[in-house]
Amino acid sequence: MTKRFGDVVAVDDLSIAFAEGEFFTLLGPSGCGKTTTLRMIAGFEQETAGQVLIDGEDVAGLPPYKRPTNTVFQSYALFPHLSVRDNVAFGLKRKGVDRAETERRVSEELGRVGLAQEANRRPAQLSGGQQQRVALARALVNLPKVLLLDEPLGALDLKLRKGLQVELKRIQREVGITFVYVTHDQEEALTMSDRIAVMNRGRVEQVGDPEQVYDRPATSFVAGFIGVSNLMPGTVASAGARGEVKLDAGVTIKASTDGLSAGARCQAVVRPEKLQVSDPKGRADRKQPSVEGVVESSLYLGTSTQLIVRLPDSVAMTVLVPNADEAERQRLPGGGAKVRLSWAPEHMHLVPVAGPAGGDSSDG
Amino acid sequence: MEAATVSSRAGSKPAPARAWAWLRRNALLIFAGLAVLYMLVPIFVIAVFSFDTGNAQGELDFAWDGFTLEYWQNAFANKAVTESMVTSLELAALATVVSTAIGTLMAMALVRHEFFGRRATNLLIILPLATPEIVIGAALLSMFISYKVSLGFTSLFIAHVMFSISFVVVVVRSRLIGFDRSIEEAAADLGSTPLTTFRTVTLPLLAPGIVGAALLAFALSLDDFVISNFNSGTTVTFPLFIFGASLRGIPVQVNVLATMLFVLTALTIVLVLWQQRKAKEMASVRPEQEGQPAQV
Repeated sequence: MTKRFGDVVAVDDLSIAFAEGEFFTLLGPSGCGKTTTLRMIAGFEQETAGQVLIDGEDVAGLPPYKRPTNTVFQSYALFPHLSVRDNVAFGLKRKGVDRAETERRVSEELGRVGLAQEANRRPAQLSGGQQQRVALARALVNLPKVLLLDEPLGALDLKLRKGLQVELKRIQREVGITFVYVTHDQEEALTMSDRIAVMNRGRVEQVGDPEQVYDRPATSFVAGFIGVSNLMPGTVASAGARGEVKLDAGVTIKASTDGLSAGARCQAVVRPEKLQVSDPKGRADRKQPSVEGVVESSLYLGTSTQLIVRLPDSVAMTVLVPNADEAERQRLPGGGAKVRLSWAPEHMHLVPVAGPAGGDSSDG
Repeated sequence: MEAATVSSRAGSKPAPARAWAWLRRNALLIFAGLAVLYMLVPIFVIAVFSFDTGNAQGELDFAWDGFTLEYWQNAFANKAVTESMVTSLELAALATVVSTAIGTLMAMALVRHEFFGRRATNLLIILPLATPEIVIGAALLSMFISYKVSLGFTSLFIAHVMFSISFVVVVVRSRLIGFDRSIEEAAADLGSTPLTTFRTVTLPLLAPGIVGAALLAFALSLDDFVISNFNSGTTVTFPLFIFGASLRGIPVQVNVLATMLFVLTALTIVLVLWQQRKAKEMASVRPEQEGQPAQV
């Protein structure tokens, strides 16, 4: 589906299949089209082209009140003039569910989110976290085919957010409803999701489970957006599963170049915690690719120590060394020292460099 | 500790200095009291003279002739006074209902819909508020004459609706601008048709603004003299009656009814303030920022 606002293409030819009962996250920076995508599924925005299928049924053109979806809004959007109980009962009343049944389901849902005591309060009398739970209960009580959540934890403080993340995940497993969750917080996406779609500029860059997206980012954007990545530019020397890449840092290493042809520019991605630091004068493990550089800074982070290593082509590499052993930490090289960085071959993979033409179109 | 120092010093200081210090401490209070007095004295005079016996004809001569409850007991005895009052109340009620309905819908259109001439309308709607009443009154009169509308209750009604609409639009519009549209989206999301959404969500949330606007329109209509004087024909409203009577002699009942009206208005204002406060509490439901979302 595609969505244009005037000349601006907010969502560009996007196609995602959500599996039933999964926790799916649309992750991306602000303005990437994730919220617009969500609003198209809910029916608040009409798609310019394409369709939205729910259970094989095309809901395109249907207004929100005729769709089997419910939404948890970022601003909660609770009805301020109604009690918590009436807020949750709102959807069932519209559907004409009888009184006893409504009463039972509302109580059950309020119990699920831990607000049975607050049923007669007004939303204004609740804390932010409690209001968010009411919003969740109000949506879930209708047993939607898809529950849409638009940055529901965005307005809460960090500690509360962590707690609610766990709770949301638990509730999702309990009710077995498909959750489509929009967030710009990559950590939130990684901890909660079954699958993640990373979006950028109205396009999906990659769809995969958290491990895939983190360990094998498909594009340099994904690599850069999720966690800290080390991107070493280079050129494919020979293509194939046992191909070779000549890094700009001066070394040639073996790598699977899937999809890239010889001569193509690429970036080699290695996560900071996968890098090992050693003395360049020592013997190198020939099976492990490595580069040499100069330590620029060393920063104590509590659980780990962060080194910034400058490669010959002036690329800065971030290395995280866990502070497991104090003696070992003391032996870490300081600023100005020459070091060798090595990694296991399976911890590195290549992503194409998005050229000026923007030629990569890896849709999910 | 401070109180102790003050009292120990008080004994040692000369009296003028103490008075000056007291004055300085309470200057604002005194000033505010005087200002309030200035505003309320005329009303107070009316209230007091509603207990005056009046001259031989039972009319006000603005001299204290003696205390009586007679006019309060027979508040509606003077037929002319009572009739004009009833006319005014009827007129105000009708004009309020119609102008509130039109004004509310106009405000909704102006805030929520993009259409040709919206900006111009937004500007023009303020114009009647700034136009001198005498101009509006004269203009309406010439319009009624050229369209051959006979002057009377109908022309008054048209005139009152006309000048009330602007006030209603301004009041309701300000409430609409602060309206969180996602609340209506939530209602739609939960299965409400647009009409149900309007009935169950939009209207209850707008109610404080609409009620405030209606009260304002009612007060304006009840009070209007200048515009009504041009367009009343033979119909006599309460303000027109008082004006006419004041040329001869005002029946004391006028003071009684005016005082009643004042008390009624004061009570209404208290009601509105109370309601606005409740509305504010309701509006505070939006998520307060409990710390910015930390970037991880």
